Amino acid sequence: MSAVEPVGRVSDVARHRVPAQAGPAEPPGAAPAVVSLRGAGVRIGGRELWSGVDLDVGAGEFTAVLGPNGVGKSTLVKVLLGLVPSAVGEVRVLGQAPGRAGPRVGYLPQRRSFDASLRIRGIDIVRLGMDGDRWGVPLPVPTRFSARRRAEYDRIAQVIELVGATAYANRPIGECSGGEQQRLLIAQALVRRPELLLLDEPLDSLDLSHQGAVAALIGRICRQERVSVVMVAHDVNPILPWLDRVVYIAEGGAVAGRPEEVITTQTLSRLYGAPVEVLRTSDGRLVVVGQPEAPALHADRHVS
Amino acid sequence: MSAFSHPFFLHALLAGTGIAFAAGLVGYFLVLRAQVFTGDALSHVAFTGALAGLALGYDLRLGLFAATLAFAILMGLVGKRGRADDVAIGSVFSWILGLGAFFLTLYATHGAADGTAGVGVLFGSIFGLSAGQAWLAAAVAVGIGLAVLAVTRPLLFASVDEAVAAARRVPVRILGIVFLVLAGACAAEATQAVGSLLLLGLLAAPAGTAQRLTDRPYRALALSAGLAVTEMWAGLALSYAAPQLPPSFSILAVATAAYAVTLGVVRNRPRTRLRPVQAW
Amino acid sequence: MNWAEANAGWSWNPAADIQQIWAFPFMVNAFRAGTVVAVLAAVIGWYMVLRKQSFAGHTLSVISFPGAACATLLGVSAGLGYFAFCVGGALVIAAIPRSGQGGRSQESALTGTVQAFLLACGFLFVALYKGFLGGVNALLFGSFLGITTTQVITLAVVAALALGILALIGRPLLFASIDGDVAAARRVPVRALSVVFLVLLGAATAEASQITGTLLVFALLVMPAAAAQQITARPALSLVAAVLIAVLVTWCALVTAYYSPYPIGFYVTTFAFGVYALARTGRALAAIRPDVSEEPANTPVGHAPLGGTP
Repeated sequence: MSAVEPVGRVSDVARHRVPAQAGPAEPPGAAPAVVSLRGAGVRIGGRELWSGVDLDVGAGEFTAVLGPNGVGKSTLVKVLLGLVPSAVGEVRVLGQAPGRAGPRVGYLPQRRSFDASLRIRGIDIVRLGMDGDRWGVPLPVPTRFSARRRAEYDRIAQVIELVGATAYANRPIGECSGGEQQRLLIAQALVRRPELLLLDEPLDSLDLSHQGAVAALIGRICRQERVSVVMVAHDVNPILPWLDRVVYIAEGGAVAGRPEEVITTQTLSRLYGAPVEVLRTSDGRLVVVGQPEAPALHADRHVS
Repeated sequence: MSAFSHPFFLHALLAGTGIAFAAGLVGYFLVLRAQVFTGDALSHVAFTGALAGLALGYDLRLGLFAATLAFAILMGLVGKRGRADDVAIGSVFSWILGLGAFFLTLYATHGAADGTAGVGVLFGSIFGLSAGQAWLAAAVAVGIGLAVLAVTRPLLFASVDEAVAAARRVPVRILGIVFLVLAGACAAEATQAVGSLLLLGLLAAPAGTAQRLTDRPYRALALSAGLAVTEMWAGLALSYAAPQLPPSFSILAVATAAYAVTLGVVRNRPRTRLRPVQAW
Repeated sequence: MNWAEANAGWSWNPAADIQQIWAFPFMVNAFRAGTVVAVLAAVIGWYMVLRKQSFAGHTLSVISFPGAACATLLGVSAGLGYFAFCVGGALVIAAIPRSGQGGRSQESALTGTVQAFLLACGFLFVALYKGFLGGVNALLFGSFLGITTTQVITLAVVAALALGILALIGRPLLFASIDGDVAAARRVPVRALSVVFLVLLGAATAEASQITGTLLVFALLVMPAAAAQQITARPALSLVAAVLIAVLVTWCALVTAYYSPYPIGFYVTTFAFGVYALARTGRALAAIRPDVSEEPANTPVGHAPLGGTP
């Protein structure tokens, strides 16, 4: 890994704003960046995970955080949440210090699944995303007496509809499949209309068909709702069609830029320190071939 | 002659209602957070605390609350990060229980009281409560219940979805400690009613039943408390009607029966959909 | 208290003291029974810790209390009650299908309820059998008085039987405990072994209950094994160490209990816990001394950012 050099040190590439790949989304232009990192670095327990990361994410952009296991991809998300302080550099989220943006940031942590016997409905999980940080118990006020309660219920129903989970939102979440749970959790992250969605390996532990469907859902939300998405991913393929921006983290350094620039045979080979080939299929999609899969796929979850 | 004309029964009813209410609320979260083993631990500690209090010449309740609260805070501080394995926890508990046996003997040999104090602590003596004890127990129990209700929503969030709750600035760790303290206080309370060995049933059975019956969290919480109170009343009535049955046995028998019935009924309920075989 | 007047106190001359203690037939029986129980409990407990079934062991030990109380109520020997309930309980536990993944919260609620209910049943039996209250403490916290030679023989026969069976199935059981899937693929009857082991565990619990008392069985089952597995990672060596620790703890507890008014269960737990704490501290110290960077993955550093303190 030590052979990998921070390729192109990003700055020039990253600051070159790219309009959303498809669709009518306007180029963000002068709009303030939703996420902005300047020379940011993180140190945990004296060990430097990565440093020198420059990144700008505009409104409604889909950014993937990629890289080998254990380099601190999840830590990047925690830095953006303000749960882990950055050791150097500047980090701004929605124009503020990390952790200050409150409900304007939605978060989907890395996880396996809920306990199979957890007797709580999916809709309750979504509702906790709405009001879970308020004290006390919700009083059993009928909705017609409380406009706020009604608005909350409407929003919950709407967001569940959005992720296509209406059919199983009333089932105990433990009985839902991994893909269904993931949709409900995305709904939970979305319920307070965040401007930025931080997703930590949401496709992990899903099978292939679900991976495609959930990736499509996230891509659709990003485009339609104009929510910026920063997503940690193990495999870039399922999300390639929606990607505006890619951050590759390797030992110590990082590369950021448009997928066409970063996901190239040359860059990735240098980054991984192993021969990697990037092919372009006839429909314009990028296919990464020979991407070295780290053998310890599961151990990774404990470390990163 | 009505049961309600006996002061001992009224006292038991008063204290029992409050204690069951608190135990139902706390138990729901114990089960939800999969901390029943912690409840088990607290019951051991409650025994040792009560007997240490007696042996050292203080009120039994002083020892009870001091031990369970101290232990709860300790557990909370050690916390999840340094989560000890079952073997370590079990080793510590059985040693604490052994200490309880030590205090029991110390009390029996040096104290002036009879040798049944240990049995009283282990298995409860709710019919032996005085008016003052009953009122105090009920008041403390109501306080515990209200405190649980005050933190219910964030605690639910933190229990179900810790990472997201932490990201949303819910004080997950402090809530965990607060909850353990409440559970400790509740264990001390329940020891007075059903005894330290049996309080686990009072915490776990109504909560388990409620979670079987409904999957709406707030409804389950209310149901758990309601079930606990009902089972307490039924148990007390049963013991009054059949005096050879000790009240703690009756209470637990009713609670266990309710749980068993629920398990049978809910299992027969047609599932809307079978879970996929995959190990999600 | 019949021995209290007879003994002259600890004389700091071990040989004389042991001689004095063994002058009483009941103490000889207590040592015999204690040794038998310690050996069996240590061996079975070693497998139990390895198989992470300490919760099952805990449940079985709880069952032994209603067993003994029921036997007393029915007027049969307490030993019969112990064995009947513990082995029966083991079979019931074996019959419950293991849900494998998930199901923890519901399952633990169920286990907690069942445990409390069984203890309550024991209490009911005690209450129905009036005048038995003093004996409750002995049932719960152990007693070494009044162990008859017949009892010792029963204990020894059961222990020999259990150890014999374990010797037969020991190796496949070890394989199945460590790596169930591979063992199953190699045609080891994993399920049957688990049932047999639970029955053995029930027998060991029933035996240990008679010395340490129901509530403190865990001490004799878990702590020697846990301490031994802290000391060494080699299976055979740690098994031997567990037996040695258990026997030593039991002997020390018997001697101390002989000279003091406190129940033997207290001494067994305290000594066993002391050994366990020593083993853990020793290992922690040994782990600090070598190169710290040796195993960074095991240090909690990697976990630290996960949600703890916001």
